[in-house]
Amino acid sequence: MMLDEWVLTVAVFAPLAGAGVIAALPKGREAAVKMSALVASGVALVAGVIALARFDFGSTGEMQLGIDKGWIDSIGARYHMGVDGIALPLLLLTVLLTFLCVLYSQRIMPKPHKPKGFFALILLLETGMAGTFTALDLVLFFVFWELVLVPMYFLIAVWGSERKEYSAIKFFLYTLFGSVFMLLGFLAMYFRSVDPATGKHTFDMLVLQHQAFGSPAFEHMIFLGLFLGFAIKVPMWPFHTWLPDAHGDAPTVGSVLLAGILLKMGTYGFIRIALPMLPERAVEWAPYIGALAVISILYGALNCLAQKDIKRLIAFSSVGHMGFVMLGIATLTDVGINAAVFGMVAHGIITGMLFFLAGSVYERYHTRVIDDIGPGMLLKLPRMGAILAFSAIASLGLPGLAGFWGEVLALLAAFNPARGLSSPLFRAYAVLGGVGTILTAGYFLWLLQRLNLGQVRERWANDPHIDDVRPVEVAAWSPLLVGILALGVYPRAVLEMTGGAVSKLAGFFS
Amino acid sequence: MSLAWVLTLGALLFSLGIYGVLARRNAVLVLMGIELMLNAVNVNLIAFDAWIRQGNATGQIFALFIITVAAAEVGVGLAIVLLVFRRRETINVDEVNLLKW
Amino acid sequence: MVAVLLAHEEAHATAQAAGFFAGNAWLIPALPFVAVGVIVFFGKRFRGKGAEVGIAATSISWLLSVIILVTRYVGGGGPVVLRSVRWFPLGRDLGLGLGMRLDGLTSIMFVVVTTVSLLVQIYSLGYMHGDRRYTWYYAALNIFTGSMLNLVIADNLMQLLIGWELVGICSYLLIGHWWEEKPNSDAAIKAFITTKTGDIPFLIGVFVLFAAARTFNITEIIHQVEDGNLSHVTLTAAAILLFGGAIGKSAQFPLHVWLPDAMAGPTPVSALIHAATMVTAGVFLVARLFPVFEASPQALNEVALIGAFTMLLAALLAMVQDDIKRVLAYSTVSQLAYMMAALGVGAGNAGIFHLFTHAWFKALLFLGAGSVIHAVHSNNMSEMGGLRKFMPHTYRTFLIGSVALAGIPPLAGFWSKDEILTEAFRVGARTIPAHGSPVVGSIVYGVGIVTAFLTAFYMSRAVHLTFQGEYRGHGRPHESPATMTGPLWVLAGLSLVAGFAGFPGWQKGFGAWVGVGGETRVPEAHLLLIAVSVVVALAGIGLGRALYARVPARDPLLRLGWFHTLLVNKYYLDEFYMRGIVRPIRDRVSAAIGTRKGGGILRYLQSGDVQRYAAALFAGVAILAFLFTKF
Repeated sequence: MMLDEWVLTVAVFAPLAGAGVIAALPKGREAAVKMSALVASGVALVAGVIALARFDFGSTGEMQLGIDKGWIDSIGARYHMGVDGIALPLLLLTVLLTFLCVLYSQRIMPKPHKPKGFFALILLLETGMAGTFTALDLVLFFVFWELVLVPMYFLIAVWGSERKEYSAIKFFLYTLFGSVFMLLGFLAMYFRSVDPATGKHTFDMLVLQHQAFGSPAFEHMIFLGLFLGFAIKVPMWPFHTWLPDAHGDAPTVGSVLLAGILLKMGTYGFIRIALPMLPERAVEWAPYIGALAVISILYGALNCLAQKDIKRLIAFSSVGHMGFVMLGIATLTDVGINAAVFGMVAHGIITGMLFFLAGSVYERYHTRVIDDIGPGMLLKLPRMGAILAFSAIASLGLPGLAGFWGEVLALLAAFNPARGLSSPLFRAYAVLGGVGTILTAGYFLWLLQRLNLGQVRERWANDPHIDDVRPVEVAAWSPLLVGILALGVYPRAVLEMTGGAVSKLAGFFS
Repeated sequence: MSLAWVLTLGALLFSLGIYGVLARRNAVLVLMGIELMLNAVNVNLIAFDAWIRQGNATGQIFALFIITVAAAEVGVGLAIVLLVFRRRETINVDEVNLLKW
Repeated sequence: MVAVLLAHEEAHATAQAAGFFAGNAWLIPALPFVAVGVIVFFGKRFRGKGAEVGIAATSISWLLSVIILVTRYVGGGGPVVLRSVRWFPLGRDLGLGLGMRLDGLTSIMFVVVTTVSLLVQIYSLGYMHGDRRYTWYYAALNIFTGSMLNLVIADNLMQLLIGWELVGICSYLLIGHWWEEKPNSDAAIKAFITTKTGDIPFLIGVFVLFAAARTFNITEIIHQVEDGNLSHVTLTAAAILLFGGAIGKSAQFPLHVWLPDAMAGPTPVSALIHAATMVTAGVFLVARLFPVFEASPQALNEVALIGAFTMLLAALLAMVQDDIKRVLAYSTVSQLAYMMAALGVGAGNAGIFHLFTHAWFKALLFLGAGSVIHAVHSNNMSEMGGLRKFMPHTYRTFLIGSVALAGIPPLAGFWSKDEILTEAFRVGARTIPAHGSPVVGSIVYGVGIVTAFLTAFYMSRAVHLTFQGEYRGHGRPHESPATMTGPLWVLAGLSLVAGFAGFPGWQKGFGAWVGVGGETRVPEAHLLLIAVSVVVALAGIGLGRALYARVPARDPLLRLGWFHTLLVNKYYLDEFYMRGIVRPIRDRVSAAIGTRKGGGILRYLQSGDVQRYAAALFAGVAILAFLFTKF
C-alpha cells in the first residue's frame, strides 16, 4: 500500500520540509515561523502515530513499513528504511518529544531570540534523529547520524548559556571523533560483504547481519570502530565528559532532545548494528562493555552527589541511567535488551521531563545553582515542585513509574547473562548496579531536599516574576507525565512491541 | 623506465612535503609543504594512469581536480596567513595556537 | 505442608469455587488506589477535602477483608485462592503476572492493614485538622494502604517487590510530611536510603530464586522447594539475601537506625506505617517464604540470632528516651525482633500471631501518644506528667496498651509473646522437632525473658512519666475530640481480646489455620513458663513504678554510668554511619571524582599547535597502513 511505503518518509522528511519553509520565510514573521514549525513537527507526529497504527504487532521482529529505492547506485547505497519493534518506539519517542519541544518553544524561547534559526534547526535535528532510527542502509544511517551534529552544535553555540562555545565544540569534536571510527567500521564491513542477490558489496543493514567479515582480529577492529562511535554517543564512561558540558549549557529544548533522543542513537547503534552484525565479537566484548556500564552507573551517581548545578546533575544522572541500558545490552539476553529498549524510552521521557523542569526553573530564577534556588521551591511553586518531585522519584526507579522496569530488568538480565558470558562476573555487575540504585535514590532525594523542601529563601519569597506552571508548560509536559505513569503501570505498551524483535536479536546469541 | 622509479619520486616529494608541514615554523612554508604533498599525489596519479591504461584517463582527470583544489586551498590559506600577519605581526605557527581551551 | 499441597491442587480454583469475595480479593488493594486518583485530582472540591474518599475506600476494603476472614474461618481455612493475569511478556518464554494469593496469612494481614488504616484515617480527621497539606496527606495514606495490601496479596516476588518499594516511598513522603523543617526531611531521606540498602540484597535474593526456579511465582517457588528441586546452597543464599530486605524494612540490627528518626512524621503515620503495618513487611516476607527459610538451618539461625540481638539492643535504648514516640519506636524495633526470632526458631505461626496482636496495641499506644502530643504540643515526657486528670480516655486506653505490651494476662500481648517464648523454650529443650538449632532456641528464650522484663520496665516508666505526678508542661492540656478517642477505644478493645484468638490448646485457633509455611501447629502452654513471664513482667512494672512513681529530680538510670552514655548515644551507630559511610561517599569521594580533574591529562593533547595535530594524523595513517598490509 502506498501509505505504508511512504509513512516513514513523511515522518522523517516532513520536519526537513518545514525547516525549508521556515528558511524561506521573510525575517520578522515570527508567528508564521512558529506555526510552520508546529505544523511540520505535528505532521511528523501524526505520521508516527499512523506508523504505529499500521504496524503489525504479530510480527514485530520483521522490518515493516519498509521502503527500498535506489539511491547511489555506483556504491550500492540505497534509500532503504523500515521499522521493527525496536526502532518504532524510538521513532515515536523522537516525533513526540520534538513536537513537545516545539510546542514549549512557542512561548518560551532562549536568548538570543532569533526564532527563525531556532525552529529550523530543531526541525533539521528531528529529521536526523528520526532518520537514524529508521535507516536500514549504513550510508543513509551515517548521513542521518552526522546530520544531527550540525543543528545541535548551533543550538548549543548560539542559544546556550555560560561556556556555550566551549561546550558546543566539545560536543561536536567528541561525536565526530567517534563517528570517524564508526565510518571506518562501516566501510570495512562494506568491503568485506557480498550481497547474495547481486554479488556486489552492500551497505544493507539486514544483509550485513548474515555476513562474515574475515578473521576475528579484523572483526575486532571493526567492532572497536563501531564501539567508539556508539559509546561516545551513549555516552559510556570514560567517553562521557562532553555530556555534562553540552547538557548544562544547551538551551532547554536542546538538553531535552539531547538527553531524550540523541543519547539513544548510541545504544540503538549497538542494538541495530554492532550486535547483530558481529555477534561473535559482541560476546567477547560484552564483559568489557558490562564493566564500563557498571562504572558509568556508579561514576554517574557519585558525580551527581557532587554537582551544584541542577542541569549538570541531571546530565550526570543520564550517564548512570544509560549505564543501566548498556548493562542490559551487554547481557546479550532477550530480557536485557528488552530492558534496554524500555530503559531508553523511559529515560527519554523522564529525563526529557527533568530537563524541561530545569529549564523552566532557570528561566524563572536565572540561576542553576541548587543552593541558590532552594530550599523551599515547593512552597514558592507548589505545582512545579510537585512535578519535579514526581519526575525525580520516577527517575530514581520507583515501581509503578517508568524508570523502574528498565533498571530492574537490566539487573535481572545481568544476573542471568547469555550463554558464553561469565555468570559470576555479570552477577557481580548486577550487585554493583544495585548499589548504584541506592546512590541514585540518595542524590535525587538530596536534590529534592535542597531544592524543594524547607522554607522559601527570602530572596525569592516576594519575587513576582517567579510564577508557577504556565499553560504552555502544562500542554508540553502532561503527555510526558502521563507517559511516565502509563509505562510504569503498563510496561507492556513497549515490551509488546520490542518482544519479537528482541527475541530475533537474542537468537544470535543462543 | 619502471613504475617504481616514478613512485619513488612521488614518495620522496611526499616526504619532503611532510617534513615541510611538520617542521617549518613559517606558515607560508607550511603551505608550500602541503603543495609538495599534493603534487606528489599528482605524480602518483599520472604514473598509475600511464602505466595501467584503462582508457578513460581517470588518473589525469583526478590530477586536474587536485590542481584546481590546491589552487583554491592555497588561495584561502594565504588569505588566512595574511590576516593573521596583520593582526599578530607574525606568521610563526608556534605563536598561533589559539585553537584550544 | 498442607497448605502448599492445597495450593497446588487448587491452583485452578476459580472465582466461583472460592466464593465471590475471596475470588475478587484483588479489589481490596485496588480500591485505595482508586481513591488516590480521586483525591489527587478532585480531593479539594469535596467537603471533607478528600478525607471522606479515602475513608470510604478503606472502609469497603476493610469490610471485604473482614468478610473474607470470617468466611475463611467458618470454612475451616479453605483453599488457597490463586488468580493471576499476564502483565507483560519478558523475553521468549517468560512473562510477569499480576496476581493474588489468598491464604490464611493474607487474610489476616488484610484485616490488620485495613483496620489500622481505617482507624488511623478517622483519627487523623481530628489530629491533622487544619494541616496545610491535609488532602495530600490522605492521598499518601491511601497510596500506602493500597501498596501495602498489594504487597500482602502478591502472588509473585516482583509484584511483592513493587509493593515493598512503594510502601517505602510512602514512608518517605509521610515522614517528611512537614518538610518545612530540615530534620524532618533528613529523617525521611534516612529512612528511605537505609531501607533501600536492605532492598538490594532483597532484590538479589529474588534474582537468586528466579535463576534457580525460573519463576517469580511464590506458589511455584515454594512447590519447588518442597520437591527438593533447589539446592541447599541456593536456598541458603536466597534466604540470607532476602532477609537483608527484611532487616531494612523491619528495622532490625544493623539497619534499625531509621525507625526512631522516622518519628518525625505525623503520629498517626507512625502508628500506621512505623508500628502496625509497613515495618511488619519484613516479618511478613519471611513468613511468606517460610519454606525457603526452613530449608536452610543457617538462614533460620541468622534470623533468630539477629532477632534476639535486636530485641535486647532496642529494649535497652527504649529505657533512656525522653521523647515518648522514640520510646515506642524502639519498642517497635524490639517487638519486631520478637517476631523475627519466633520465625527464626521455626515458630512461624507464633511470629505472625505476635504481629497480629502487636498491631493493635502498638497502634493504640502511638495514637495515644499522638493524643497526648496533640494536647501538650511536645514529644518530651519531661514536659508531660499528670495527664491522667486531663485526658481520662487517653490515659485509660494508653494504660491498656501498655499492659498489653508488657505481657500481663489476659491482654493480647501476653498470649503472643508467651507463645513465642514457649516455642523457643521447647526448641531449646528439644521437645519439638525444629529446623533451627536448640542452642539458638535457648538463646532466644533467655534473651526474650530479659527483654520482656525491660519492656515492662520502660512502658511502666513511660506511663508514669506521662500520666502520673504533676503536669510539667505549658498551657492547659485537654482531652482530644471523639474522632481521636473513638479509634483509641476500638484499638483498646482489640488489645483486650485479640489474644484469645490464639488461646493455647484451641484447635481452631489462630495458629491452626493461618498456617505459616503450611504448618498448622496448635499452641500449647506450660504453666511454669507462664508463671515465669508473668513474674518477670510484673517485676518490670514494679521497678518502673518504684523509680518513677514520683518523678525523681535525677534520672535513676544515670547511675548506670558509662552504659547510660552509650545508650543515650545509641551505641554510636548513627555516628558511625554518618562519619564512616554517608559523609565520605557524599562529600569526599564524590567531590574527588566530581570536580574537573579527569580532563587534566587530556588537556595536554589539545595544545592548539596545528603541527602537532598533523604529526598525530600522519602517525595514525602510518599505523593504519601498516595494519592493513598485515591483515
